[in-house]
Amino acid sequence: MQAKIPLRRKLHLGFRHMLYSLRHTRLSTVIILILLTAVALVSLLPIVYVICNAFKPLEELFVYPPQFFVRNPTMQNFTDFMYATDVSTVPFSRYLFNSVTVTLTTTALTIVFSLCCAYAFSKLRFPGQRALFDLITIALMFSPEAVVITRYLIVNELHIIDTFWAHILPHLALPMGVFLIKQFMDQVPDSLCEAAKIDGANEIRILWSIITPAVLPAVGAVLIIAFQNVWGDITTSNLYTVSESMKALPYFINSLTSGLTASSVARKGATAAAGLLMLLPNFIIFAVLQKSMIETMVTSGIK
Amino acid sequence: MQKPERLPRGAKARETWKQMKESWIAYVLIAPFMICFCIFIVGPVLSATVLSFTSYDSIQPPVFTGLDNFTKMLTKDVVLMKYVIPNTLLFAVVVGPVGYALQFGLAWMINKAPKKLKKPYIMAIYAPSIAGGVLISVVWQVFFSSDRLGYLNDILLNLGFINTPVAWTQDKNWLLPIMMMVTLWSSMGVGFLSLFAGMQNVDEQLYEAGKIDGIQSPLLELFYITIPSMKPQMLFSAVMAIVNALKSGSIGVQLSGQNPTPNYAGQLIQSHIEDYGFARFDLGYATSLSFMLLVVTYILSRVCFRFLGTKEGE
Repeated sequence: MQAKIPLRRKLHLGFRHMLYSLRHTRLSTVIILILLTAVALVSLLPIVYVICNAFKPLEELFVYPPQFFVRNPTMQNFTDFMYATDVSTVPFSRYLFNSVTVTLTTTALTIVFSLCCAYAFSKLRFPGQRALFDLITIALMFSPEAVVITRYLIVNELHIIDTFWAHILPHLALPMGVFLIKQFMDQVPDSLCEAAKIDGANEIRILWSIITPAVLPAVGAVLIIAFQNVWGDITTSNLYTVSESMKALPYFINSLTSGLTASSVARKGATAAAGLLMLLPNFIIFAVLQKSMIETMVTSGIK
Repeated sequence: MQKPERLPRGAKARETWKQMKESWIAYVLIAPFMICFCIFIVGPVLSATVLSFTSYDSIQPPVFTGLDNFTKMLTKDVVLMKYVIPNTLLFAVVVGPVGYALQFGLAWMINKAPKKLKKPYIMAIYAPSIAGGVLISVVWQVFFSSDRLGYLNDILLNLGFINTPVAWTQDKNWLLPIMMMVTLWSSMGVGFLSLFAGMQNVDEQLYEAGKIDGIQSPLLELFYITIPSMKPQMLFSAVMAIVNALKSGSIGVQLSGQNPTPNYAGQLIQSHIEDYGFARFDLGYATSLSFMLLVVTYILSRVCFRFLGTKEGE
């Protein structure tokens, strides 16, 4: 068994090690590290702030001058916003249910649609292929925000206003999904598919049991992007739904903050708690899939 | 799915038709996505193009008015000329090229950092883009809040820079800079990751070969080896920068809580479109603005493709 090193000794060793490595790094690296750390801190500050505020008890939210860090953490804010029924007529759980249902469905469908479409573009040959893929590449820079009005008119014409379809269908048109998976798939050697074809596998089978396992990183990246796209989306709730019971979580959080000033503290904690709840899934998914994301981005280039 | 309307006449058309029939499975596979794509992306773009030549109030059917909307844009819309266009240009330049340079710089620095630290830095810098929308309402409104409990006011009051609290997001001098800052903060997204990944992936041997050929300074290395090797990723990320600038168009409205923004200080083209479309129901004019925005975006993208696109034989 290893002998236990006392903490002081450990710290001392750690410090010595740090000094040693500092002395042996180039000055430029040190400057880079200082700059990066500064940027990283600025980036994270607002997020730390939300986390702190979410756990602050009422009196700490009120205190002047305002405090950044939380001293006596409490869960009060989380229970508060869940029962904050006075801002809306439907309970919190309904927004949560809508958001979860819509997000899961949309993300799953996006992945399936993108996989099928990317497979056709990457491994099959058909007339119109080149033109259609160029169209998708151009559409990468399409942001729904640019044509918000005609998009609304189309959703209206389809008579899906105030239904789950309005939440799901517009999000499925995600050119990025097809693009990223297709670019990644291009690296998978065609010989794999041909070998399977000789063995008598049909296209669906090749896609499912040979290609999909090979492009899992790209699927992970698309999962992140599709998830974020839907989970945090407020436009759908604002424009495509009418009744309160069809709206999603971001809308609820926004209604908590609307008209909020720092002095109306009653809601400040609840808002932060709700915001944190909103952010958590995003962070967890990204942390888990970070590697796939970077791997996919290597092939993301437009040639 | 694509099917020719009439029977193919020439041999070439017949050949294409035969190929199409043979590869029916490909069309089936792309169908689900392409249908959504056509309805929700191609559809809105086409109808914006058509409606921009009409007068339409969403109740009466649209009436064709030729170039009236565009004349109005150039001659009658004072707000557009005086506030919206200058604001949008400034915002676009800062969030677009400056943001892009920032992303590139950060990606480059992370690439130079020791291996163990890369992951935490990436996480920290990417995080705001995940948080983006939610945090605008939760954090920034409180941070820039108009009374003493706002963070910025508190800090500046304590340091003695100001004597009375400033209503940051209602102030016409401050709204636009704040919008740009918040957008930049949350813009290190997919494009940034792509740049980083592209840099990581540059062949080490190229650097070694460069050293032998006498490339000494890191700056030369950057221009002669790194950038040429990662052009595709740079193009992708440039496209993402354009998208990001477009997406954040209504951030002024989100921050100040009103449309039009106070004194039109944070009025960007997006908010202007929404103002005309959803508040004044002048859909014809609103879509003509959308149409112009699309045209400008398209031109910008062509410029990016021109500079960063991989040419034949490269």
